[in-house]
Amino acid sequence: MDIKQKIEQANEEAFRRLCAGDPVLVDVAPAGEVLPGLKGKWITHSGPPIEWKRMCGAQKGALIGQTIYEGWAKTPDEATILLEKGEIHLEPNHAHQAVGPMAGTISPSAPVWVIENRAFGNRAFCRQVEGNQQFGDYSDEALKGLRLWRDVWGPTLQKALHTIGGLELKPIITRALQMGDELHNRAIAASSLFANEMAMAMAKTELAKEDLLSTLGYVTHHDLIFLGLSMASGKAIADPARDIEYSTVVTAMCRNGTEFGLNVSALGNEWFTAPAPKVDGLYLPGYTADVAGLDMGDSAITETVGWGAFTIGGAPGILSLVGGTPEEALAYSREMRKITVSTHPTYRLPALGFAGTAIGIDIRKVVQTGIVPIIDTAIAHKDPGYPKIGAGLVRAPLECFKKALIAFSRKYDIGK
Amino acid sequence: METLVSKLLSGPVIAINLGLKSFGASLEQQGVEVVQVEWAPPAGGDREMMDLLDDLL
Repeated sequence: MDIKQKIEQANEEAFRRLCAGDPVLVDVAPAGEVLPGLKGKWITHSGPPIEWKRMCGAQKGALIGQTIYEGWAKTPDEATILLEKGEIHLEPNHAHQAVGPMAGTISPSAPVWVIENRAFGNRAFCRQVEGNQQFGDYSDEALKGLRLWRDVWGPTLQKALHTIGGLELKPIITRALQMGDELHNRAIAASSLFANEMAMAMAKTELAKEDLLSTLGYVTHHDLIFLGLSMASGKAIADPARDIEYSTVVTAMCRNGTEFGLNVSALGNEWFTAPAPKVDGLYLPGYTADVAGLDMGDSAITETVGWGAFTIGGAPGILSLVGGTPEEALAYSREMRKITVSTHPTYRLPALGFAGTAIGIDIRKVVQTGIVPIIDTAIAHKDPGYPKIGAGLVRAPLECFKKALIAFSRKYDIGK
Repeated sequence: METLVSKLLSGPVIAINLGLKSFGASLEQQGVEVVQVEWAPPAGGDREMMDLLDDLL
């Protein structure tokens, strides 16, 4: 068998594993109890590895907020000193089976969604999704949402989940994709379906009435609550496709606001990075592109498994948020088929004649065609201290894929 | 002597334009029907990448 055949066979296996993914929400638990390999004072963040000094403004702001939230500092200045001195251990989420939206910060007391991929037995985690602290806002008002999640909403959902023994997410994802979601910046249908399930679960659970009402209000009025679940599901689905010899399939894409990074199956956990790109987007009143930070967040794990902008043709409602026309959106979804192994047998889009979602990004096809993955994303401010300022579309940098192809060729002694 | 080329050009011509649209545009300005084919050199013409892809894809 020559190398081309070996790659094709390996990519078919990666594709099989990606399609077999069966995410089940099994718990909501404090990160310190479930994320592996972390002790003491630590915060994990989005994107490839990066030290404090090189972090963008929004990620620094989110870390300052997370430090105050944990009670390790009382003021932003105190938090900054601790972080500058390296007294809080910083690691990427991906190194600990986790993902986080935008700055993506996770710390020990913060509850995370716990997803188990029942097809392979692996678990993945994601923090709560909100519109303030994860964008770099460290105000007391921004941290209030994190405290409520830790003290009320997280524990209440945990009890309810234990009552029903977990919640299968594949049926919700399948239906939501047919209801106009793309599960990245538009997750309204999935969030509503999830709220239905959790409302019943909470009703079956012995809860203090104020906790029940507060949590019910939270899950039924949070249009993006499911993003945390789709991200953790994406991570749980993608991880079993890692470490397949000869596979050129991408197993993670993420950004920290400074760099964009990706992993490739046959190349394990090695990051291939390039400068984070600018997002082409629409801005909330009071903000413009001049104050925007660069592309940021682990949420591109949704595109990695074929959701997000890969399925934007089926989610025209999101265009009012990120820009573009329905025709362009359909073209994006069709274009992504040119750089993927195939289409998903279960996750199908009515707008594309019930075609499956494009899945299994092949670095060879990206480099050959010059077509890079498209991602829809939110936008943070370039400086610390601000909430969400906009949303838009962005392309992954081609340079990452070229670097990965060179590394792959070296590993297998090609081109000498 | 009539060659294949002269025979071809003696009647109406439909041009197939590969890649850069501007080449086809100049023909269109002269009233020639042009069919545009989207094409780009593999790997954007990057020789190192093209060589690797020859072995891998």
